[in-house]
Amino acid sequence: MRTEEEAVLLKGGRLVDPGFDGEESVDLLIRNGRIEAIGKDLSFADVRVKDIRGQWIVPGLIDLHVHFREPGEEEKETIATGSAAAVKGGFTAVCCMPNTSPPLDTPAGIRFVIDRANVVGKARVYPIGAITMGLEGEGLTNIGSLAEAGAVALSDDGRMVMDSRIMRRAMEYAKAFGIPFTLHSIDENLAAGGHMNEGVVSAKLGVSGSPAHAEIIAVMRDVALAELTGARVHIAHVSTKGAIEVIRRAKEKGLPVTAEVTPHHLILTEEAVEDYDPNFKMNPPLRTKEDREALQEALQEGIIDAIATDHAPHTVLEKSLPFDEAPFGVTGLETAVAATYTYLVKPGILKPRRWIESLATMPAKIFGLPGGRLAVGEPADLTVIDPNLAKEVKEEDFVGKGKNSCFLGETLSGWPTMTFVGGRCQYAAEE
Amino acid sequence: MIRLRSRHLLTIEELTHDEILEILDTARGMKEVFASREENTRAVKKVPVLQGRTVVILFFEPSTRTRQSFELAAKRLSADVVTLNIAASSREKGETIIDTVRTLEAMASDIIVVRHRSSGVPRLLSKTVRSSIVNAGDGCHAHPTQALLDFFTMREHLGELKGRKVVIVGDILHSRVARSNIHGLQKLGVKVTLVGPPSLVPREFSRLGVEIEYDFDRALAGADVVMMLRIQKERMMGAFFPSIGEYHRFYGLNRQRLALAKPDCLVMHPGPINRGVEIDSDVADGPQSVICEQVTNGVAVRMAILYLLASRL
Repeated sequence: MRTEEEAVLLKGGRLVDPGFDGEESVDLLIRNGRIEAIGKDLSFADVRVKDIRGQWIVPGLIDLHVHFREPGEEEKETIATGSAAAVKGGFTAVCCMPNTSPPLDTPAGIRFVIDRANVVGKARVYPIGAITMGLEGEGLTNIGSLAEAGAVALSDDGRMVMDSRIMRRAMEYAKAFGIPFTLHSIDENLAAGGHMNEGVVSAKLGVSGSPAHAEIIAVMRDVALAELTGARVHIAHVSTKGAIEVIRRAKEKGLPVTAEVTPHHLILTEEAVEDYDPNFKMNPPLRTKEDREALQEALQEGIIDAIATDHAPHTVLEKSLPFDEAPFGVTGLETAVAATYTYLVKPGILKPRRWIESLATMPAKIFGLPGGRLAVGEPADLTVIDPNLAKEVKEEDFVGKGKNSCFLGETLSGWPTMTFVGGRCQYAAEE
Repeated sequence: MIRLRSRHLLTIEELTHDEILEILDTARGMKEVFASREENTRAVKKVPVLQGRTVVILFFEPSTRTRQSFELAAKRLSADVVTLNIAASSREKGETIIDTVRTLEAMASDIIVVRHRSSGVPRLLSKTVRSSIVNAGDGCHAHPTQALLDFFTMREHLGELKGRKVVIVGDILHSRVARSNIHGLQKLGVKVTLVGPPSLVPREFSRLGVEIEYDFDRALAGADVVMMLRIQKERMMGAFFPSIGEYHRFYGLNRQRLALAKPDCLVMHPGPINRGVEIDSDVADGPQSVICEQVTNGVAVRMAILYLLASRL
């Protein structure tokens, strides 16, 4: 990644980073692509000074779970538009799921994503390799070669490797290369045909549901396999109270298990589906109030380690289909910060430092990525967030191709105003 | 005459108790148009109240009886009627359903009667069109005109429905008829009991304020109406029940079972019936069966609905 030669001094921001205590404002100098100084009342010659009083400086956010649709479904998103959405949303790095067309099940696929992202040159884009060829749950990919080509994790996201023997072998084999798994743990047979959470709302709406237990059973299996094999297992998009309990017990046992939750599962419930709007259709589905509360608590407590968006853009045409014909997935990159700030941080459900830990520090740690903290001498991947900036979420403001957001029409506060990647300002809000 | 609050008929839930009664009372008059009190059909079965109005009947799912019932209802009110059967899904056609409906509106439709295999489609359309939308059945969600004709039929035989007991039997999970009946009957003060195998009557339904009973015989005690639902053989593929034989044994209506209900208990079925599966022929054709009357009343109720909606336009 290229770096910006120009030096920038951010003046008067509050550092929100698990590595820093205190609430007083400081200055931060970015030069030669790195954080050169952090301190009080800094002043330098030949630097551009940016007054950010009242705003927060946080480590560049890292999203462990996005779908950039390239190659194959460029009408939904591309690595270029997805990267633009990432930096606008405050994310300096994203991890791309391999369920593209063709899937990222070869080293060539992995290298393609890395090369495209370098040409685009906005966010850091880390590809995730497939576990099985064609995401079909049968033959293993060349896992070692994928890791060598630059895959940061393995997943058949969107699918579950239903055969436990195959999954066990993948986990054992991957240990040689130190590559973690990020798993879409939902029992495909039990969830089959479900378009929303199974429960009283689905009964009323006449929409076939997928029970919480399709997730609970699958997380139990994957945790058991982590225990059997010692593989590092990250559970993607946890949505149920039952799955949280399984993860809690796994952590108590000391198993190498981590988990993420999406902003929409933290904020919304199955009642949102009552209007049959496909912008509230995703997999796993929105669950009950009780599940949402458990997710919020587990995140604050650290049982759930990270927030990840599961950014899943679709075309307007696809999302104007009837509910049960429309595809699963909602966008997240451009609204994650403001949505979680508005609904969780501002009302005091999530502490600011824990919020940033779950959006930056933990994601870096889980996949072993650089960044995730602010420190002198480190690459200047950082984001500035204005907690007081309120703005309505509008379709026309999205830079990503997907307009399928759960938050359209809502006024949210806490928006990113600047995103630096390797010292280069990749996004600055218009003033 | 009270004016309906909404220009659409999407679900029974959206109707008030008084609106339901207004529709049923209007339907009584409509029935007179084509059937005299002695049940003989009239020679001229038409009135000019919807003359000049255009009713579009738009079916995205195969149906004969409901479609023809609506067609006949509109024609007996002298409306111009256009019927469209669209077999392909929006996805296959590449045209969204909203575009399809806008095209029809551009040809000046007043009322659009919609059936679709996906729950929620009439609601989706009602938000974007100028015409009145009548839900003729959406997915597993709602079938309000069927429920209204069921209430009409029950009232003809039982008079006041408050305090009566209606037992609905079969595949409740996938039944829009059951859902609309549950909501409407509750508004009318009727006690509703759902019966079927637990796989087809999930316990979530008890949160809708009804009784659930897995033992058909026990449920029949004191029943004023037993409403049988059509069981679809493809449900066996989803392992909802093991075989037609077993289903018939535990949830089929036969003469011995019917004797457990009140002596004059009505036997209803939205049709088409599976003889020998959910209902035995001698019961379906027996003296307590009102299945054919339901079909007749369907036309009257749909005339009432079209008339009441058109009078709002």
